[in-house]
Amino acid sequence: MDLTLDHLTHRYGDMLVLDDVSLRIPAGEILCVIGPSGCGKSTLLRMLGGLEQPDQGRVLQGGEAPEGCLNPLTFVFQDFALLPWRSVAGNISLVLEDHGLPKAEIDQIIDSVLARTKLSDFRDALPRQLSGGMKQRVAIARALAVNPAVMLLDEPLSALDAQTRELLMEDLVSLWARQPFTAVYVTHNLAEAVRLGHQIAVLSRRPGRIREVIQIDLPLSERAPGLPELDALQSRLWHLMRDEALAADQELVHG
Amino acid sequence: MAEQHVPFRGGGFRPQSKRGVGVLVFVFVLLFLEWGTRAGWITNLTLPRPSDVGATLFDLAQSGVLWTHLGPSLTRLIVGSLLGVSAGIGIGVLIGLFSYVRAGLVPVVAAIFPIPKIALLPLFVIWFGIDEGSKYALIALGTFTPTIVATYGAVDNVDRGLIRMGQSFGLSWLSIVRKIVLPGALPGILSGLRVSLAIGIILLVAAEMLGAEYGVGAYILQAGSLYDLERLFAGVVILSALGVLTSWIIGSFEKRLLAWRA
Repeated sequence: MDLTLDHLTHRYGDMLVLDDVSLRIPAGEILCVIGPSGCGKSTLLRMLGGLEQPDQGRVLQGGEAPEGCLNPLTFVFQDFALLPWRSVAGNISLVLEDHGLPKAEIDQIIDSVLARTKLSDFRDALPRQLSGGMKQRVAIARALAVNPAVMLLDEPLSALDAQTRELLMEDLVSLWARQPFTAVYVTHNLAEAVRLGHQIAVLSRRPGRIREVIQIDLPLSERAPGLPELDALQSRLWHLMRDEALAADQELVHG
Repeated sequence: MAEQHVPFRGGGFRPQSKRGVGVLVFVFVLLFLEWGTRAGWITNLTLPRPSDVGATLFDLAQSGVLWTHLGPSLTRLIVGSLLGVSAGIGIGVLIGLFSYVRAGLVPVVAAIFPIPKIALLPLFVIWFGIDEGSKYALIALGTFTPTIVATYGAVDNVDRGLIRMGQSFGLSWLSIVRKIVLPGALPGILSGLRVSLAIGIILLVAAEMLGAEYGVGAYILQAGSLYDLERLFAGVVILSALGVLTSWIIGSFEKRLLAWRA
């Protein structure tokens, strides 16, 4: 399934946050969206997933969702959004319970996604017993459980430390290699963008406009930290963004 | 300069649980009063001797009089607060979920909350009858309003991120309420119950003082009018025990239902 943003414009009150954003997310690829803080990238993602309505413009989905897909547009949140009163397995079964599946099938899906995210030993643990990285793995497992057509990742690694982030990036790459999925990955971290993105869309500071969409042809599995091509790309992105980020930083916060 | 230890400046400002200190203070106060009343510098008009109060309680329990008073009191408290608390939680959740209900009922609740419910007892006697009905109604109304306020506050405080998550996975409205909103509001509702039930006990005694043959309140009133301090204090001790008991019951509910908080 692919998604198209058609001339999106959005305001909060009289503040313009997104200005005429058009973008196509091709099936089977990861699109990273980067931009300085407050440029409306999270707003953009919420619109893609139907959690917010744009003032003008349309979000269109094309093509069929894969077979067995329970929730075509599925989020992974920065703060994990796990129910603290449910175990790891309970958090995953939460999103399956509404679909009238037999219990055996629910259990089988839970087992399979826990195995895929290397969480099988933590099935009955409560979220408070898990580290940040483990919590985000649970959230990713929960997203995989509904067999999504498009994964919408909202700064999924921003609340984690650098080492954990590196480990989870590798996990995401191997998940994608196993079964390519369509994803929109919002981040302010350029290193994440060049590691995970087939395409990178650079947003300007508020009001968010698309400044450039960059294509990276190097396969995900061949990318590694410190690769010269990626470093060069990362510094090019930084040059694109530097002045914007500086200006965004010095802006007064409009409450 | 010679090397010195860096002076320690951290620590403190962190309450820790110290077992047994509460009991120790309690025992110390009792022993102090016992000593004072025996030595004579506390007259028996000022305070009764703790051992005498204990003996009175023992007699009460043995003669069975304790149960003739405690039985009706417990029934009133349980029936009244069960009615008030369940209605309060129900309406509180509705206020938390629906803007129209909130706009309509929050001012009403604010208007009812500060009324001393005991002032309405004569009215309740007309509405619900002179015997148990009016007492149930009084306790129910008294526990109703604080439960509403605690409940809709607890619903308001449920993490909106979790609700957003539920919506993003296409959960039905009912599932979101049942599996996310209610469990998320439970800690707030339970801590509200502590306040509501304490108010329930206060109203129970007030109602029994105004018109009841049996009940802890009636017992205390009788003792008071005869200036029988031992019996009066025996009644007060029963009430304290009732308060501790309800708080313990809620505590064990919290332990069981909120084990995920730890």
